[in-house]
Amino acid sequence: MTTTLATTEKEDLSIEIGAMPIARRTHDSPFPRLIEKPDCLSVVIAIGGVAVRLNTTSPDFLAMLKRRYVGFVSSESHAEFDLDVNLSPPEFCDPIAGVRVTHRSARWLIEWGDLRAEWETAGRRGTIHQTANPYSIDAVLRILHTLLLARQGGFLLHASSAIRNGKAFLFSGVSGAGKTTISRLAPPDATLLTDEVSYVRREGNRYMAYGTPFAGELARPGENCSAPLSALFLLEKGLQNSIEPISPTDAIQRLLRNILFFAHDPALVKLLFQSACEFASLVPIHRLVFVPDQRVWDLIR
Amino acid sequence: MAEKYISRSSAIAARMLGGEMMVMSAVDSTFFTLNEVASAIWQAADGRTPLSEIVASKICREFDVDRERAQRGADRFVDELSQHGILLVSEQPIMDFSSSPGNQ
Repeated sequence: MTTTLATTEKEDLSIEIGAMPIARRTHDSPFPRLIEKPDCLSVVIAIGGVAVRLNTTSPDFLAMLKRRYVGFVSSESHAEFDLDVNLSPPEFCDPIAGVRVTHRSARWLIEWGDLRAEWETAGRRGTIHQTANPYSIDAVLRILHTLLLARQGGFLLHASSAIRNGKAFLFSGVSGAGKTTISRLAPPDATLLTDEVSYVRREGNRYMAYGTPFAGELARPGENCSAPLSALFLLEKGLQNSIEPISPTDAIQRLLRNILFFAHDPALVKLLFQSACEFASLVPIHRLVFVPDQRVWDLIR
Repeated sequence: MAEKYISRSSAIAARMLGGEMMVMSAVDSTFFTLNEVASAIWQAADGRTPLSEIVASKICREFDVDRERAQRGADRFVDELSQHGILLVSEQPIMDFSSSPGNQ
């Protein structure tokens, strides 16, 4: 859909005084030639209560965003971040290149293959250049939230999470540890916040867990709600269900191993270390050894 | 053998918990948990006290270990942490921490 803002055709600018034509000529418009500007289509995606507006000119891309982030699309017009998404055709890029997140000239910059995103640290306006795929925008949103949370005493954690009896529980572990399995086994009275990437933020003297649209093998977004965090379980598959203690230093080390952070920024890395220590002092951390059946949820209340 | 002076890099984050010191490099996120002896060396790494003096006054006096063995252990510990930029090592006292490479 396009809207024409001004005509560029020659037009007759004749004027008449009374009945006598005093000027009658055809000439180029005195106004600069204006290019047809496509309509800007927007969607606001709010994760953890932080609203990010994505602007695109592609109705198809907009529809994909609304599908992918269903439940997290906000009707609010206000957004803390405003990012223009410029879609481009695929280019050759190094398939094994890792993501680079750097802070330069008061701007955050993400470079990953043919993805390039940047925004002003203060103004929070920026652009994303990417091909029309859902994974790049997902990566930008994840990284943006890791940067934001690092200064708020929070983090994104490689963990599934759920709310039960008004309390949130995190289940963390490396790939294959059972994050998706324990999500699949959740009883009907549990609300799934995510099966892949959990959103944790300190609020006063407690931590809150928020739902995210970042899905793993379940391939569906979590519920967009939150609850005070009651415990973090470090998952291990075993022969019986049991909750086992873990030393504080081991707990912090394993917590740090599962925090998502991509920026080469020593100051923020230091903040994350402090956040992990604070988290461990306020939230019980245990090992959860489990067999993959529903009885494990008898331990989680 | 030349004397060693050691100081803690500022490009790290550290916290003492339950008698153990956790140290993480802010540059490459390498994580170390130091036992009591290593924690004592870490805390004494002020850039001005020679390592041999730290071993004599902090380690041999407070832990049941002979001087030679303690020195060997301290040298290994210092070498490993310095390779990760977590400890700075010099043959001269390290007076200006802010100008050291580990503090960028």
